[in-house]
Amino acid sequence: LPAAVLLKDTKLMDVKLGQLGTWLAMRDFTPGGILGAMRRGYNRYYNKYINVRKGGLGGISMVLAGYIVLSYMWSYSHV
Amino acid sequence: VLHTTRPLHTTQQSLAPVPPLPEKGGEVRHGLIPEEFFQFLYPKTGVTGPYMLGTGLLLYLLSKEIYVVNHETAAAACILTVIIYGIKKFGPDVAAFADKLNEEKMATAMAMKNESIQTLQTAIEQEKKEQWRAEGHSFLFNAKRNNIAMLLEANYRERLLMVYNEVKKRLDYQVAMQNLKRQKEQDHMIQWVEKNVVQSITPQQQKESIAKCILDLKALSKTAHAAV
Repeated sequence: LPAAVLLKDTKLMDVKLGQLGTWLAMRDFTPGGILGAMRRGYNRYYNKYINVRKGGLGGISMVLAGYIVLSYMWSYSHV
Repeated sequence: VLHTTRPLHTTQQSLAPVPPLPEKGGEVRHGLIPEEFFQFLYPKTGVTGPYMLGTGLLLYLLSKEIYVVNHETAAAACILTVIIYGIKKFGPDVAAFADKLNEEKMATAMAMKNESIQTLQTAIEQEKKEQWRAEGHSFLFNAKRNNIAMLLEANYRERLLMVYNEVKKRLDYQVAMQNLKRQKEQDHMIQWVEKNVVQSITPQQQKESIAKCILDLKALSKTAHAAV
């Protein structure tokens, strides 16, 4: 039996290593698709860490840490 | 690549009632790394795995000068210390305050909802009462109908009586007229007869009749004397 056929909406965690290329080619790279992916990611993060009854510090601190790391990466050549 | 058709609209999704918010957000360790990362590495490396990974990464970044230590590092260290101290000291108070704000908002919303439910309940009860009242209208209408029937009857009888009276008056008038006429005729006839009789009595006849009367009276007195 060959390796499992990739369906359209398998998650990244379920994709085997050899199928990564095909899986990547399957994704939707239109502007609308990219926007949709960003919106989905934002919604996931928001609903998991911020849109709760007793939100903690981790919600915004993770965003700030990511911002720090990203800005350091972008200004590395300057340092 | 196979595109399956996703089954659409299988469950009965409805937007109300909205599911309540989850109580706590995703777990975050040390405020920076989500718990899922630790769980992800636990089967392979146990509890200390992610910490070793973090230490190794840090040493690598420092030794290879990917992270450069300069004046900003010192500033960042000081700022971070102060921030962490502040969070550890005032964290719970701020959390309690924010929770209190949330509670107040929830309380006002619930109060509004309960109030509107109450008003609707009272409206329902009043509506039922109105319906019960409407049932009583039939009694009212029956009474009114009876009243009207009685009025009509009374009016009819009154008019009947009036008609009777009027007719009787007219008939009485006719009868009275006839009576009067007959009486007048009678009187007139009697008078006429009397006048003629008186006229026909000549003086001589008068003297003869008076003499006869005297004789009769004498005879009567004689018989009367005899009877006594």
